[in-house]
Amino acid sequence: MENLIEITVTVNGTEYHRTVEPRMLLSDFLRHELNLTGTHVGCEHGVCGSCTILFDGDPVRSCLMFAVQANGHTLETVEGLGTPDAMHPLQNAFREKHALQCGFCTPGFLMSLKPFLEQNPNPSRDEIREALSGNLCRCTGYENMVDAVALAAEEMRNG
Amino acid sequence: MTAKYVGQPVKRNEDPRLLTGQALFVDDVHLPDMLHAAFLRSDYAHARILSIDTTAAKEMPGVVAVYTAEDLGDFWQPSPMIVQPPPTLEDIVFNPRPQIPLAKDMVRHIGDPVAVVIAESRYIAEDAAEQIWVDYEPLEVVTDIEKALEPDSPLVYEDLGTNLASHVRQEKGNYAAAAKKADLIIKRRMVIDRGAAAAMENRGIVVDWDAKTQHMTMWNTTQAPIPIRNGLAATLGLSEHQVRVIAPFVGGGFGPKIMLLQPEEVLLPWAAMRLCRPIKWIEDRRENFLGTTQERGQIHAVEAAFSKDGKILGLKDIFLHDTGAYNPYGLTIPLNTQTHSMGVYDVPNFYTEFKVVFTNKMIVTPVRGAGRPQGIFLVERMMDLAAKELGIDPVEIRRRNLIPADAFPVHHSIIGQDFIEAIYDSGNFQPLVEKARLLIGYDKFVTEEQPKLRAAGKHIGIGLAPFVESTGVGPYEGARITVESSGKVNLVTGVGTQGQSHFTSFAQIAAEQLGVAVQDVEVTTGDTDQFHWGTGTFASRGAVVAGNAIFAAAKRVRAKILAKASEVLDAPEEELELKDGAIRIADIPEKSISLGELAMLANPLRGAVEPGTEPGLEATEYFGPKYGTTASGVAAMIVEVDPDTMLIDIKKFVIAHDCGTVINPMVVDGQIHGGVSMGIGHSFYEQLIYDENGQLLNASFMDYLVPRSTDMPPSIEIAHQETKSPLNPMGSKGVGEAGAIPIPAVLAQALENALNIDGLELLEMPLSPGRLFELAQAAKNRD
Repeated sequence: MENLIEITVTVNGTEYHRTVEPRMLLSDFLRHELNLTGTHVGCEHGVCGSCTILFDGDPVRSCLMFAVQANGHTLETVEGLGTPDAMHPLQNAFREKHALQCGFCTPGFLMSLKPFLEQNPNPSRDEIREALSGNLCRCTGYENMVDAVALAAEEMRNG
Repeated sequence: MTAKYVGQPVKRNEDPRLLTGQALFVDDVHLPDMLHAAFLRSDYAHARILSIDTTAAKEMPGVVAVYTAEDLGDFWQPSPMIVQPPPTLEDIVFNPRPQIPLAKDMVRHIGDPVAVVIAESRYIAEDAAEQIWVDYEPLEVVTDIEKALEPDSPLVYEDLGTNLASHVRQEKGNYAAAAKKADLIIKRRMVIDRGAAAAMENRGIVVDWDAKTQHMTMWNTTQAPIPIRNGLAATLGLSEHQVRVIAPFVGGGFGPKIMLLQPEEVLLPWAAMRLCRPIKWIEDRRENFLGTTQERGQIHAVEAAFSKDGKILGLKDIFLHDTGAYNPYGLTIPLNTQTHSMGVYDVPNFYTEFKVVFTNKMIVTPVRGAGRPQGIFLVERMMDLAAKELGIDPVEIRRRNLIPADAFPVHHSIIGQDFIEAIYDSGNFQPLVEKARLLIGYDKFVTEEQPKLRAAGKHIGIGLAPFVESTGVGPYEGARITVESSGKVNLVTGVGTQGQSHFTSFAQIAAEQLGVAVQDVEVTTGDTDQFHWGTGTFASRGAVVAGNAIFAAAKRVRAKILAKASEVLDAPEEELELKDGAIRIADIPEKSISLGELAMLANPLRGAVEPGTEPGLEATEYFGPKYGTTASGVAAMIVEVDPDTMLIDIKKFVIAHDCGTVINPMVVDGQIHGGVSMGIGHSFYEQLIYDENGQLLNASFMDYLVPRSTDMPPSIEIAHQETKSPLNPMGSKGVGEAGAIPIPAVLAQALENALNIDGLELLEMPLSPGRLFELAQAAKNRD
């Protein structure tokens, strides 16, 4: 409790200064210190992928990192991807193709997929399935997600 | 004419919030001064508690309280049974052992809660839980349901003198007489083991007791907020209106979240009242494996009697059902197994008997499918075995036994989970079989493709299995619909939502009646302050039972709108139309009034009204079905097996499905997709493995394998058929569990066909690559 560390983290373009315990998970920091509750925690052991965020542009499991490791880094969470009135093409495509049901795992999928589509703007269905396979969803059976990612890729290619 | 929304693939109202991280889940609730709870759970499956020392935990900075059973005093009471056995069942044994708030003297399964720590942070609470010292005297453990009934078995409840929780016998016709006339009798043992619901969101609670207003608010990841509200009020000595339970967005339910008055749910409100501070508890994944209910464990001794032309004359099934260490959910699951064991077939004689058995394992309550997959598995496996014995094509033997379309309603004389005789209300199975057969390309595969592929060394096979799903059971649900002065429509209902798209499909039903856009119907589910009558979301009943209540309420609001508009516009009701949020005279479109204006006129601030007038454009209606609707379907798959690794690759998957009136086909397809994926998981990848000490060996997502995108077939082709239910005005039936039900049956059939090993019979679920290899080797060695 005594051993607190000051950190500065940029999340979705906003710089935050906070004092945290060294053991505080990055997922808890985002959710409970910054109130960015769009990042969800499903397993706390790095398998389900619900807590995926972008760490200097790369997808990471925020439940497997400490907040102090993010000191000086730039993060992006689902709140930075789009707003209800101005959604990212991935978000629009997920809605269009019914690629979410309960929506709990969805932010993690979206944050895994954003860099995937940036690196691979024209993926095959097999590549999309592979990209999805790092995250778990219990509701959808994934097929509609494959359709959604294909649609988002197309929309993004067409600008 | 009003826009038609029912039957349209309307995009979901709830999606923008869910997609942008703006939807409220329980763990997103943050209250000032909030405390956090962590539970200490038993490491032993069966042990006497000799002593508990909480001194060190209590001394830790940041710890506010530590409670054990002893600290609860008179508050320590077993929770009421959630589901009683049907009073209509005669001559049964039933030994109730409901849940308890915290283990007292004895722990009965791994994960049984022993103590709770309340602290300033979850981190501190977990640290402190580790500092609680419990002196256990380990006792002999019983995990095997067959051994549990042997005379020398360790007892989960010594006072009971037996591990028998229940014993039920039911019969339709006379199996023994039918068997005497049979040309073929087949007897087999079938085993189905446990799987987890594994919703992506674990369970969680935030509870706030406001001492000044004497009011409690609880956010809960529940499928049944209203029964929890009622139960909590009774438990805590509060009146029901003092307790508000909110089920906000819930991250998947799949059955276990229907559980009520679980230890966490009972203890934390009690603690919040003592401490006068809000408390949050969020289950972690390990706790979810250990402390959230599970399903499926059954062992069947099945016997079927056939004539030589493949007609089933009778079925006999005696089975054991594992209920774990407590049985708060009564007989729902084994009764579902009984009522689904005849599947889509005309089975004139059926003897069915089960014994429910206590074991030192986690409590068993419904998980998507809830006993139905087991029933379908056994009858479908019997069809396959008979087809083989009699040299009849597997699809053909099924055709010969289907209940004909003119036989409905079909009375089964077997009491079901809803306390009344199982009756199939309606259905048309023959065209469903043909649809699935055509979609999968059955004939071509069997006659042309498979021989070629086999010749090329491939192990590839096909399966086709029909199923029924009892859905839309009572007792009732209700809804209130209000046209607001903004012209928007407010719709509230008591059921909770865990991803079923209620914010859209319910809105579609109301929007169609009221002539507004679907987006202009704002739906609230699962908030007891908004609507306080109802039971919950379970048994694939939301769309049927709440849906028809909404339909009735919307029709009444429509009638009120027409009556009021007729008065205001000075035109007969027949000449009015509701469209685009306004009411107009059909032939004179410029003579119209908006819904919002009409709503204001219906709620005047001054002046006189007619006696008996109800204010506003609002109606509350309820719907309770006579009995449950029967949905049905036929699943078929082509699967390839790698004979070296026994990994499977589902090449093609189709399902023909009938859930009566479809409200939103996009949503129905989504429900089927999800069910199929859980069915595949529970048939091949997922299994909760307990060792002989009752330790759960795979309590993490590293070891317990929920299917990933790459484990699923490339596509799930779905054909719909709409045989309307005569039991409700919309003609709808449920679909929530459908996808999961036929998978064990169809996968076993397809895998046998793929491996094509003489004597290989897949009579257990779930399988796994390792288990499939063992079974294949054993069959080969027998040759």
